Amino acid sequence: MHPLAQATTQPLPLPEVDWRAIAPELALAVAGVVLLLVVAFWPRAGRGVLAGLTLAGLAAAAALTVWNWDLERVAFEGAVSLDGITRYARAVLLAVGALATLMVAQGDSREGEPDDSPPEVFPLLLFALLGMVLLAAASDLLVVFIALEILSLSLYVMAGETRRLAAQEAAMKYFLLGAFSSAFLLYGIALCYGATGSTNLLEIADATGDPTADGTLLLAGVGLLAVGFLFKVSAVPFHMWTPDVYQGTPTPVAAFMAAATKVAGFAVFLRVFAGALGGLVVSWRPVIAGAAVLTMLVGAALAVVQTDLKRMLAYSSISHAGYLLVGVAAAATVPAGVSASMFYLLTYAFMVMGAFMVVQYVSRLGPPDDDAIGERSSLEDYRGLARRHPWAAGLLAVFMLALTGIPPLSGFWAKYYVFLAGIEAGLTWLVVVAVISSVISAFFYLRVLVVAYLQEPVGDPGAETAPGRTPALGVALGLAGLLTVAIGLAPEALIAAARSAERILG
Amino acid sequence: MLFGQRLRALAGWIATLAVAAAFVVALAAFFELLSHPGEERTQILRGYEWFTSGDLRVAFDLRWDPLSALMALVVTGVSSLIHLYSIGYMEHDERRETFFSWLNLFVASMLVLVLAQNFLVMFLGWEGVGLCSYLLVGFWFNRRLLVVNPLGRLVEGEPDDTREVWAPPAAKKAFLANRIGDVGFLLAMFLIFATTGSLDFDVVFGEAGALAAGTATAIALLLFLACTGKSAQFPLYVWLPDAMAGPTPVSALIHAATMVTAGVFLVARTHTIFEASGTAQTVVLLVGAGTALLAALIAIGQDDIKKILAYSTVSQLGYMFIGVALGPIGYAAGMLHLVTHAFFKAQLFLGAGSVMHGNDDDTDIKHFGGLRSAMPITFWTTMAAWAAIVGVPFTSGFYSKDQVLAAAFEHGGIGLLAWAIGVFTAGLTAFYMSRYVFLTFFGERRWPEGRHPHESPPVMTVPLIVLAVLALVAGFALTTFTGEGGRFQAFLEPVLGAPEEHESLAAAAGLSAAATGLAAVGAIVAWLLYVRPFDWLALRRRWAGAWRPLAEKLYVDQVYEFFTVNLGGALAAFLARNVDQRGIDGAVNGVAELVGSSARSGRRLQSGLVRSYALGVLGGAVLIVAFLVFRP
Amino acid sequence: MNLGAFAPILAMLVLAAAFAVLSIVVSAFLAPHRPTRAKYSAYESGVEPGRLPQGERYPVKFYLTAMLFVVFDVEVIFLYPWAVVFRQLGVFGLVQMGIFVGLILIAYIYDWKRGGLEWD
Repeated sequence: MHPLAQATTQPLPLPEVDWRAIAPELALAVAGVVLLLVVAFWPRAGRGVLAGLTLAGLAAAAALTVWNWDLERVAFEGAVSLDGITRYARAVLLAVGALATLMVAQGDSREGEPDDSPPEVFPLLLFALLGMVLLAAASDLLVVFIALEILSLSLYVMAGETRRLAAQEAAMKYFLLGAFSSAFLLYGIALCYGATGSTNLLEIADATGDPTADGTLLLAGVGLLAVGFLFKVSAVPFHMWTPDVYQGTPTPVAAFMAAATKVAGFAVFLRVFAGALGGLVVSWRPVIAGAAVLTMLVGAALAVVQTDLKRMLAYSSISHAGYLLVGVAAAATVPAGVSASMFYLLTYAFMVMGAFMVVQYVSRLGPPDDDAIGERSSLEDYRGLARRHPWAAGLLAVFMLALTGIPPLSGFWAKYYVFLAGIEAGLTWLVVVAVISSVISAFFYLRVLVVAYLQEPVGDPGAETAPGRTPALGVALGLAGLLTVAIGLAPEALIAAARSAERILG
Repeated sequence: MLFGQRLRALAGWIATLAVAAAFVVALAAFFELLSHPGEERTQILRGYEWFTSGDLRVAFDLRWDPLSALMALVVTGVSSLIHLYSIGYMEHDERRETFFSWLNLFVASMLVLVLAQNFLVMFLGWEGVGLCSYLLVGFWFNRRLLVVNPLGRLVEGEPDDTREVWAPPAAKKAFLANRIGDVGFLLAMFLIFATTGSLDFDVVFGEAGALAAGTATAIALLLFLACTGKSAQFPLYVWLPDAMAGPTPVSALIHAATMVTAGVFLVARTHTIFEASGTAQTVVLLVGAGTALLAALIAIGQDDIKKILAYSTVSQLGYMFIGVALGPIGYAAGMLHLVTHAFFKAQLFLGAGSVMHGNDDDTDIKHFGGLRSAMPITFWTTMAAWAAIVGVPFTSGFYSKDQVLAAAFEHGGIGLLAWAIGVFTAGLTAFYMSRYVFLTFFGERRWPEGRHPHESPPVMTVPLIVLAVLALVAGFALTTFTGEGGRFQAFLEPVLGAPEEHESLAAAAGLSAAATGLAAVGAIVAWLLYVRPFDWLALRRRWAGAWRPLAEKLYVDQVYEFFTVNLGGALAAFLARNVDQRGIDGAVNGVAELVGSSARSGRRLQSGLVRSYALGVLGGAVLIVAFLVFRP
Repeated sequence: MNLGAFAPILAMLVLAAAFAVLSIVVSAFLAPHRPTRAKYSAYESGVEPGRLPQGERYPVKFYLTAMLFVVFDVEVIFLYPWAVVFRQLGVFGLVQMGIFVGLILIAYIYDWKRGGLEWD
């Protein structure tokens, strides 16, 4: 036989395919594709049907996550790892996805009106979630990049899902800057590969202890990775897009971005920095700590001067990213930093989604404004809300107080644990800054309540329209409120679950 | 809110009964406590376990010991009376059911605060009372400021007249000062957990003695920072006088009798930590004495009856801090003054509320005079409270103030300075309180034409009478003559520790005579100035140079305003110019600014924002990489 | 890191930049300057240049079609290396490529059904 022909018949070493390990991701992908086909062949399908299918897909993924709960292994030759971070993030993300589905299903249409947002938003939501859960599980920098692109591309489109000018502008800005930051991340990956000879996190972790490795190249790579992640979690100075995008984009999408992107972004942040790059903690900790200080203070200070609730929530989400960065900075040396951050993400996701849900509800109250560029979310619209819609105002109060971190609501424990981890890691000064920032932040959260409870409504109350039937939004609001209160009253089990995330597989 | 439309009328009664029931329960528990011998009088109710994880165990544990029992009785007792009074006072308010539900929430939070067995539960109550106070101060958010026009008629003033009280800015000020204090509480809590590994009182106090001096000082000073916020001490006292914008029962309950004493209670509760740090005790002593003097001086210059009482409260709180800063010899005295002050100051505020109620909500002392005959019950009960605060022998204030001063004298050293300031302040107190009652109830009638002052309904006067009686007899009933704590001290001893020795009766009498004598001088001067036919307004004009600083509150507010409003405004303007142009232009503008043709939007996309954002990303990236690579 | 290895690349970079700048500058000085109308018009492979729709913008449909083309282009490029090692990858490779092509097919069907291929 010809030697060349002989060579070609030799089988290549093939990766072992571990279907079970990525079963939840597969479920999301299949559900997304199915929904895409449904949209294609049955374009007149009601939002209820699409939302139902989406929820079914999420339920399947959740069931598979539970099935995999006790799995602890590295799959696909180290490309994906199943550990505490993965399963905790999966659970939180799927819950967030379900709430977001309900919000999207509600949309902004009133009865009898066509909805502005196209049905594609449901498959896109699933694809974005697929990217997020994969990002949380990724233990190879290339998988990290792929997952990040899946979620980013979906979100770019979702951000501009309506024809409102503000949404279009938000999508454009998010896309341009997101692509820009992806380039940094990719370059960082390349430098890390150049320095260590691998993109696998476990092998990079080994290489960081190797004195012969090229330290400078690796550190430059680490810096660029940090830039990419800091952009995704909207930390200062990579935060500028956040207010414009959250304000412009439809409220359900803004809620989803604020909650889910942070969960996925910080999960990978913890895995890469606290896990693989833990050996370099002395080098990167000042960077993360510095970014944390800036993020907390800039976020809180600028939130104070906002008069639009969505924009204020955007700055609030920036300052929350700062608190989470305290957890990341602590995590490399103190395992409690990992669990504290994961728990923080859990509580924060529900608080912020709840706050956006109230925004969505209130935006339906005014007279329909077809000419408006963005949605109705000015603080003025909240004047006297308590008198007109006591339930909405009550829930708003719960979410605002939780975001402030007032006990016994969930937000208090989140802050408490992260701060404690910070002190344990010897970052007391950072915690002092965090406490000061959280005090500043109380000002703008409570101001919303003052407006809602203590001010008279403006204009003629008769001009206000009924919000219409909001079953989906009502359920979502109830769930978010319940979770925020319940986690605050009994945080123990969830913290214990987060503890299992402290052992990072790589 | 909590009550339906039909229950609206009953809301006040329901709320009052609820608090009264709490008082009865507290009373029963108190007698149960008395049936135990002294050392066994600390009971801990292991409550719902919030969570345990690792070393940290946090539960809703409640503590029932003599100190918390005392506070619980004062809180529920005074609250019951003030609730009752509020039924009459708030009768015509549209949102009274809201008012009562917030007032009840306040009492509940206050009870959580005083009954807590660990710092976290205490913090829960601490935040709760702060929040309620914030809401209640701002309760009349839409009420315009009342000013007197040149014709002597009351008219609604402009809300932006920032030099006078208007509810929302006042609430904001209270909020800010309290949050600064809360930073102290939070940091102290973290520090306590970091050093002792627990937040439970028993564990923490058990290890307090073993703390390093520096750590103990840091914790104690941070806790005291929290106290200066909540209990209105220098430098954070400025919110309390403005908080008078709230309904008067709120001022009586929260800003005189209960919430503001939380700081004093906190120092007493954590006394083992303060004892571990002499520095912290000295700081508390000096701040207390300084605040007592400063606030008394300012009170002399005020013409608004509620402001006089507010500064008086700040001043009296200073006395309480002097007491609890002295160590075991002063704890019982400070706490006793807390109790007696709760009675007489609550009466004074409710009396002032009654005066306002009968005088078209006027608060300017220049428009009263001769109300003695028009409002006899208010007059006599206020005179009883006046006697107590001035320190007329054998009224409650006489006992408690003298015990504080005697303890300071006995303490020696820096305590002598506090004693001297305290005695001098007692004279000032007598002067401004006498001025208050003389100008209000004595002399010629100065109220405007067409006003018909009248006595308040029984639902308001009954609490006045009860409080007046308490103000007279509480000292007599609780303690014996100056220098010996009597049964009050004995009751608190298991918690607060026993003083080492007692001053002899003769010396105590001498000290007491000094303070009483000075107080008499103050009252007599006030009599000469304000009751005799005398043109005191002309005197004020002649001595304007001396008067203005007092009337202007020694310019403290102006200094604060400079730093907060001017510098804060400059910062906000700076942010607006340079950081987030779009957001600060206002939400309405934020969206409105987007209105425009797509061409305009496209142009803006191309010509700046995105590019400058990208520049920010690039700058940050360069900075981070450069730091990592070139770091020495 | 041995920076010396990059020296030829650096030299190449400098040379390329210098050549570009030089040729523009030199031609500006040396070239004869005799403009005609035809010289100023755009070169469009001999087609008479017409005015573009207002604002010099193309219809968005053009981009959609162009992007679809790029997607399938990439798919084909991906098929080439697979074809080269088809035998070694065996069934595994076939399945993987089936999934890949299948997904793109679904996207194509979606695009078709939603009217992405209709010009008007």
